[in-house]
Amino acid sequence: MEMAGTKSRLTWAVNLAVGFLVLLWIIPTFGLLISSFRDRDAISTSGWWTALSASEQNVIVRADVPDNAVQEGQVWVVSGNVFDSGAGDVTAFGITSRAPEAFAPGEVAVHANGHEITVGANGDYRIAYAEQPSGSRGQRLFVRAESPPSFTLDNYREVLFAEGMGKALLNTLTVTIPATIIPILVAAFAAYALAWMEMPGRALLIAGIVGLLVVPLQVAFIPLLKLHNNIGIGKGYIGIWLAHTGFGLPLAVFLLRNYMAGLPGEIIESARVDGASDFAIFRKIILPLSFPALASFAIFQFLWVWNDLLVAKVFLGTGEDQVVMTGRIVDLLGSRGGDWEILAASAFVSIAVPIAVFFSLQRYLVRGLLAGSVKGG
Amino acid sequence: MDQLLFAVSTIIVGVFGCVAYFYFSNIILDRVYPASGPNAGANINKANAIRPWLFVLPALLVLGLYLVYPVFSTFFLSMRDARGTFVGADNYTWLAGDDKFRESLGNNLLWLVIVPAASTFFGLVAAGLTDRIKWGSVAQSLIFMPMAISFVGASVIWKFIYDYRGENQGEQIGLLNAMVEAMGGTAQTWITLPFWNNIFLMIILIWIQTGFAMVILSAALKGISEETIEAAYLDGATPLQIFFKIKIPQIWGTIAVVWTTITVTVLKVFDIVFAMTNGQWGTQVLANLMYDWMFRGTPDFGRGSAIVMVIMLLVTPVMIWNISNAHKENR
Repeated sequence: MEMAGTKSRLTWAVNLAVGFLVLLWIIPTFGLLISSFRDRDAISTSGWWTALSASEQNVIVRADVPDNAVQEGQVWVVSGNVFDSGAGDVTAFGITSRAPEAFAPGEVAVHANGHEITVGANGDYRIAYAEQPSGSRGQRLFVRAESPPSFTLDNYREVLFAEGMGKALLNTLTVTIPATIIPILVAAFAAYALAWMEMPGRALLIAGIVGLLVVPLQVAFIPLLKLHNNIGIGKGYIGIWLAHTGFGLPLAVFLLRNYMAGLPGEIIESARVDGASDFAIFRKIILPLSFPALASFAIFQFLWVWNDLLVAKVFLGTGEDQVVMTGRIVDLLGSRGGDWEILAASAFVSIAVPIAVFFSLQRYLVRGLLAGSVKGG
Repeated sequence: MDQLLFAVSTIIVGVFGCVAYFYFSNIILDRVYPASGPNAGANINKANAIRPWLFVLPALLVLGLYLVYPVFSTFFLSMRDARGTFVGADNYTWLAGDDKFRESLGNNLLWLVIVPAASTFFGLVAAGLTDRIKWGSVAQSLIFMPMAISFVGASVIWKFIYDYRGENQGEQIGLLNAMVEAMGGTAQTWITLPFWNNIFLMIILIWIQTGFAMVILSAALKGISEETIEAAYLDGATPLQIFFKIKIPQIWGTIAVVWTTITVTVLKVFDIVFAMTNGQWGTQVLANLMYDWMFRGTPDFGRGSAIVMVIMLLVTPVMIWNISNAHKENR
C-alpha cells in the first residue's frame, strides 16, 4: 500500500521506537528480577546492570602462614587458593601495594626476602621458601580477578521461610480464592435478569450499577468496619470476603450483563417457547455461552484481590495469620528499607502468580477490558 | 493449611448456598403460582413479575449493604466528631483550613492532570506504533504487563530505581542516580525532593496505566474503517497526517473513556503513596490522608469521613457522565 523507499525507512523508525518503548517499560521490572537473584553484598556494592557481565575486582588476600609450610624436596612450600569460595579468573597479581598488578598469572615473583611466589590463573598460589620459614603472618597477595556472574536462590529461601512471605502467600490465597469465585455466581444470575427478563425499573437498576462502578471504596471502610464489629465478624477473613464480593459486584454485573445482552435472542426465545424455565435457560444456555465473560471477570477480580493492599489493611487484622503479601512487603519496606535482596525477592514472590495469570490468560483480560470500558463507557 | 481448608469450605458453602437459593426460590415460586389449574394465566403473569427479583435479589442486597448504604452512612458520619457527637459542617470547615488537606487536594489535582494525560498519550503512541509492526502483539504484551503487577510491587520496583547512596556509601545502585552520575550530574534523594517527588510517584502509575490505555486505544484504531485511510493515502497524506487527522478524530470517544477511567483510578490512588513515602515530604494525597485519620493513634472517623466525601464529590462528575453514556448506549 505504501511506496517502497519511504516505507522501509519508516518501518525502521517505527521498529526502533517500539523497541525503545518496550525496553523502557520492562527494564524496571527486569532490574529488580535480576537483583532478587544476587547476593546481599553484590547488590549493595554494584548496580544490577553489572551483574550480567563478569566483574573485575581487586582483592587483597593473605596467604597461609609460613608456620604451616610443608617440605617438598629441597624447598618449603605454602599453598592454597586466593578465592574463598566459587571460582574466578586471575588476570594479574602482585606482592606489594606499589605494584599490585606486576605479574601475569603463572609468572614467578621473587620477594625481597628471597622466597618465590606464583599465582595461577585459577587462583592457586604457591610460595616456595629455600629454608623452613617461621612466622604467623601470611604473605600478602594482590590479585586482580574476574569473577563470573553469580546468582543465588538464597534470597527466596530467606523471604519465604524467615521473613514471613511464605505465610503471607498462604494468607493471600485464602483471601483471593473465595473472593474471586463467590461474586461470579451472584453476579451471573443478576446479569441474566437484567439482560433478558422483563422487569420494571430495569433501566434504573442498570444505571445504578454503572454509577456504583466508580464509587470510591473508601466510603465503605468506616461504616462497614463498624458493622462488622457490631455483628461480631470483626476483622478477619469472612469480613474481607464479603467486602471484596461487594466491591467486585458492580463490575461483574456490568460485564456479564453487557455480554449476555449481546447473545442471540432467538436461542433464548425458542427455548422459552419450548417451555424451558428461566432457571433452565440460565443454566443450560446462558452460563455456557457466557464463559468468555465469566473468565474475563474472574481474571480481573483475581488480579485485583491478589494485588490489593488497602482493603486488606482495613478489613484484616495485623497478626501473622492474617497479613497478606502486599501488606508484608509494605512492612518490609519500613523495617528492611535498604535490604534490597529481601525486598526484591519478596516483591517477586507476590508478582509471580499475577504475571503467570497475565501471560496465560491475556486474551480474556483484554476482552474484558474492552467490554468494560469501550462498550459501556 | 487449616486456613486454606477454611477458604475452600467457604467456597463450597458459598457456591452451594447461592445455587440452593436460586434453585429453591424458583421451585417455591412455581409451587405458589402453579402454571396450571384454573388461574394458570394469572399465575404465570405473577410468577414472571416476581422471578426477575429472585435473580437480582442477592446482588442487590450485597451492593446495597457494601456500597450504597456506606455512601449515606459516611455522609452522616462526616457530620460527627471523633466521639460521635453531631457537629454539623465543622469537619468540612476544619478541612478547608487544614494544611495537610490542602496539600493532599493540590497533589490529587496534580495527579489528576498529569497521570491520565501522560498515560493516554503514551498509550496512544504505543498503540499507533505497535499496530504497524510484525512483533506488535509481543511488544503490546510487554508494555501491558505492569497492569498485572500490584501497586505495592511496582512501588518496590521503582523505589529501587530511585535508590540513593550517600557520598561514602559506594557506587550508586539505583538506575536513575547511576545514569545521572554517568552523565556528569549529582545523585539525588529523589523521593524527598520537594515537588518533583510527586512526579516520581506519578511515573509509577503512568507506567502501570499506559498498557491499559494502549490496549483499548489499539482496539479502537483497528476498528477504523480502511476506506477513509486509503482515501487519505491516495490523496497524498503522510502516515503522520493520517494518524493525527484521520485516525485520532475517529477515536475521540474512546480516548475520553480511557481518560476518565484512569481519572477514577488516580482519584483513589493510595498504595503507591503509602508504600513510597506515606505522605511525607509533601506527597500526601486524599486517600492516604483519610487512611491516616482512620487508623492513627486516636482515630477520628468524622474527619476521615469528611475526606472521603471530598473524594466522592470529585468522582461524581465521572459517575454522571458514565451513567448518561450507558443510558444512550442501551437505548
